[in-house]
Amino acid sequence: MKPKLVVKNGLVADPLAGKSKVQDIVVENGRIAAVAPGLGEGDPGGRGQEPGPDLIVIDASGKVVLPGLIDAHTHLREPGQEHKEDIASGTAAAAVGGFTTVAAMPNTDPVIDTRAGVEFVLKRAAEAGRVNVLPLGAVTKGQKGAELAEMGDMAEAGAVAFSDDGRPVTGSELMRCALEYVKMLGRPIISHCEDVDLVNEGVMHQGYWSTVLGLRGVPAAAEEVAVARDVILAGLTGSRLHLTHLSTAGSMALLRWAKDRGFPVTADVTPHHLALTDEAVRTLDYDTDTKVNPPLRASEDVEALREAVRSGLVDLIATDHAPHHFDDKDVEYNYAASGISGLETAVAVVVTCLVREGFLDWVGLARMMSLAPARLFGLESKGTLKVGADADLTIIDPEAEWTVDPAAFASKGRNTPFKGMRLRGRVTETIVGGRVVLLGGKLV
Amino acid sequence: MTLQPKAQIMDKEAVDRAVRRIAHEILEKNKGTDGLLLIGIRRRGVPLAERLRASIREIEGAEVPLGVLDITLYRDDLTTRSDQPQVHRTEIPESVKGKKVILCDDVLYTGRTVRAAMDAIMDLGRPKAIQLAVLIDRGHRELPIRADYVGKNVPTSSREVIEVKFRETDQTEDKVLIVEKVEE
Amino acid sequence: MPLNRKDVLTLEDMSVEEMTLILDTADSLKEILGRDIKKVPTLRGRSVMTLFYEPSTRTRTSFEMAGKYMSADTANIATTTSAVVKGETLKDTAWTVEAMGIDCIVMRHPIAGAPHFLARICQASIINAGDGMHEHPTQGLLDMFSIRERKGTLRALKVAIVGDILHSRVARSNIWGLTKMGADVWVTGPSTLMPPGIERTGVRTTFRVEEAIEGADVVMVLRLQLERQKKGLFPSIREYSRLFGVTRERLALAKQDFILMHPGPMNRGVEIASDVADSEYSLITDQVTNGVAVRMAVLYLLLGGGPEGSAQAEGGGEKR
Repeated sequence: MKPKLVVKNGLVADPLAGKSKVQDIVVENGRIAAVAPGLGEGDPGGRGQEPGPDLIVIDASGKVVLPGLIDAHTHLREPGQEHKEDIASGTAAAAVGGFTTVAAMPNTDPVIDTRAGVEFVLKRAAEAGRVNVLPLGAVTKGQKGAELAEMGDMAEAGAVAFSDDGRPVTGSELMRCALEYVKMLGRPIISHCEDVDLVNEGVMHQGYWSTVLGLRGVPAAAEEVAVARDVILAGLTGSRLHLTHLSTAGSMALLRWAKDRGFPVTADVTPHHLALTDEAVRTLDYDTDTKVNPPLRASEDVEALREAVRSGLVDLIATDHAPHHFDDKDVEYNYAASGISGLETAVAVVVTCLVREGFLDWVGLARMMSLAPARLFGLESKGTLKVGADADLTIIDPEAEWTVDPAAFASKGRNTPFKGMRLRGRVTETIVGGRVVLLGGKLV
Repeated sequence: MTLQPKAQIMDKEAVDRAVRRIAHEILEKNKGTDGLLLIGIRRRGVPLAERLRASIREIEGAEVPLGVLDITLYRDDLTTRSDQPQVHRTEIPESVKGKKVILCDDVLYTGRTVRAAMDAIMDLGRPKAIQLAVLIDRGHRELPIRADYVGKNVPTSSREVIEVKFRETDQTEDKVLIVEKVEE
Repeated sequence: MPLNRKDVLTLEDMSVEEMTLILDTADSLKEILGRDIKKVPTLRGRSVMTLFYEPSTRTRTSFEMAGKYMSADTANIATTTSAVVKGETLKDTAWTVEAMGIDCIVMRHPIAGAPHFLARICQASIINAGDGMHEHPTQGLLDMFSIRERKGTLRALKVAIVGDILHSRVARSNIWGLTKMGADVWVTGPSTLMPPGIERTGVRTTFRVEEAIEGADVVMVLRLQLERQKKGLFPSIREYSRLFGVTRERLALAKQDFILMHPGPMNRGVEIASDVADSEYSLITDQVTNGVAVRMAVLYLLLGGGPEGSAQAEGGGEKR
């Protein structure tokens, strides 16, 4: 039997309850047993128990307690690219970042496009994972965009959604078929929206800064054209479509258009697209850690994304954690791999740029980073702190100020444009199914 | 460290007299102005050269060509100096080939400037001869170089500095001062 | 004032004072190019390596001659003759060059920002001799030098830059340099070859070449990469030259004493009519000579003058 756990005096923000207040939480057998103020007073266990091997008490005074964060978009790189990340290091990074569950993108080597691949990820997660891992399956075989993968078989094996992330499904008819097909599985398709033809070898956002820097630009339209197609297809098929890492003001307008028509569409944005503009490529002097796909956008886009967070237009925040090896980044800009190692900075970036700036409150953060991703993947017992829910908890010190030091990352990927930046808000405890995996900011 | 004026060793009249005497000596040694080319080393060699030209004109009624030499590119301390001297134009009106070059500078000290200037002139062509005219020779040579024409020999200590002021370059009446480096 | 920097990568980050110092120094050094013996000992013992990842004869040769005239030791690495073709990374190449104790690397690379990458890992001074579509600062400086030499100033001159602005590093360096020096810079070219946001750099734009040339003091024609046609950026060379070709008729709109420039190599009859390229207005051959003077100035300002030591005694200078 697992020890009982009491989290005392934290500001508990439950998105289902829609409000936050100081309460104690009691966890038993991996589930939330009680949530109420003053439960721990004088008698932490409530039943005459003292702290010891059978009872852990965490004092969360001055901290914020959220339902465990869920990242809907993580690259764990295993199998095949373990030099960049593996399930052990990736889930350690998740624990440090306050994520109790991560959805693993299938663009590994080989691509997770069969039941065997899904089972492999689940097996490795059980062996080496510090947090829950949800496998995602590919939409097309080998993510080649030619034939549908065995999504039904993968869904049975535990794939929670399907995505050809990293490579958009180019053929519109194939995308339509994929959407039709997943309807019967009750699983969403996560679309990486990119018109490769319009990208035209671009490596950063096309605008003033690409002109100044002489780097080939990716127009905002390269994303928006694909978003438009996909939301129209979602409308046509009535299938669940999730648009990931949207990055432009135009995409927000298209999302609004689709939602206004009642299309079954949701979307996420990433912390880095909410925090940084394309000017970072200039400021950081062509540092390849600023290279990401979609690229960091213009300030108007960042403003539109933040506004979409404030208004609730965009549903969730996902990291697109894309760890890379040093050698993949320590080259000329055009040759560098795209991606940012994001799990360990996500909360602090969101707190610094959105919570402290008034775009999001704690309940909103819990909604966007826990409840909404739980609902996306159909996880009824996650994303909330109500009695009976899975005891996944993230405890954040909202005032803690720290400097991003990639060398101290648990992830193998040290590729972050936030390096050296001062951020506010730090995850101190991460609790997965009642088990403490991060305590006092240190992995347990 | 500061520089403190110690004594004035030449005034305007003394400078004028020295220039006239050097002009006479140049004419005497070279038997007139044939093939002469005055070259002033930037900066204060230039006014000396110009005055010599004027003096020669007065004495002989002949116009001696005059050039300006910037020796920055020939300095032997370029790679050890912390400040970088700015390069100025070298402007020599005619070829030095076969000429008797009268190299002019205000002060002769270690001889390194003259060494640099001779290298610079040699790069421009092969003169028949190079002669050296200076207003002050203060001693302390570090190279085997001597002047052919000297306005005034001034024995100095190495803590002293000679300051030559010309109307053209210093916006003050011509004079020569000894100043002393004082440790604070 | 020395040029207080390790590298010359862009004109975007260069001050008016720095650019003026380079132009003034080049002006002093140009005299050396008229000598019988074109050599001064200034950079004796200093080494300059050209590292070219793109074919180029004129820029590479220009730097090499500039180095040789200043008595620096020069060596060249070109992609076809080195380990570069064996797939060595830029980082490893840089470390190899660094280990040889090279003082200055002159680099051309097809990717923007590659010289910045090199500058971060090398002790050596890096001179950007063209990086992708980004900048070619010494070309910008030599163009400014040539204009200043002819016109006496850059301030308030109308300069028209004509052609493929999008892909042109020469255009970018000239835009930064000339606008900072107070010139009135116009850019014109097909809309597909005009980069977004270019007017934010301080230039004026038009799609009518006549409007750009009208009343211009300087007409700068850019080289058109003919292979851009295949990418759909313009329909044909014929149409390009009809719409944007710099011809005698169009140049009649410029000021009487205008000057014509081209960074070379020219596509005669495409972006520039052959007869005007050879006309008395053309500064194209001056540009080549001035290129050497400007590069001598940049090399002197980066390499002449050491990091430590002090001005002692009479090194051939003013201390008496």
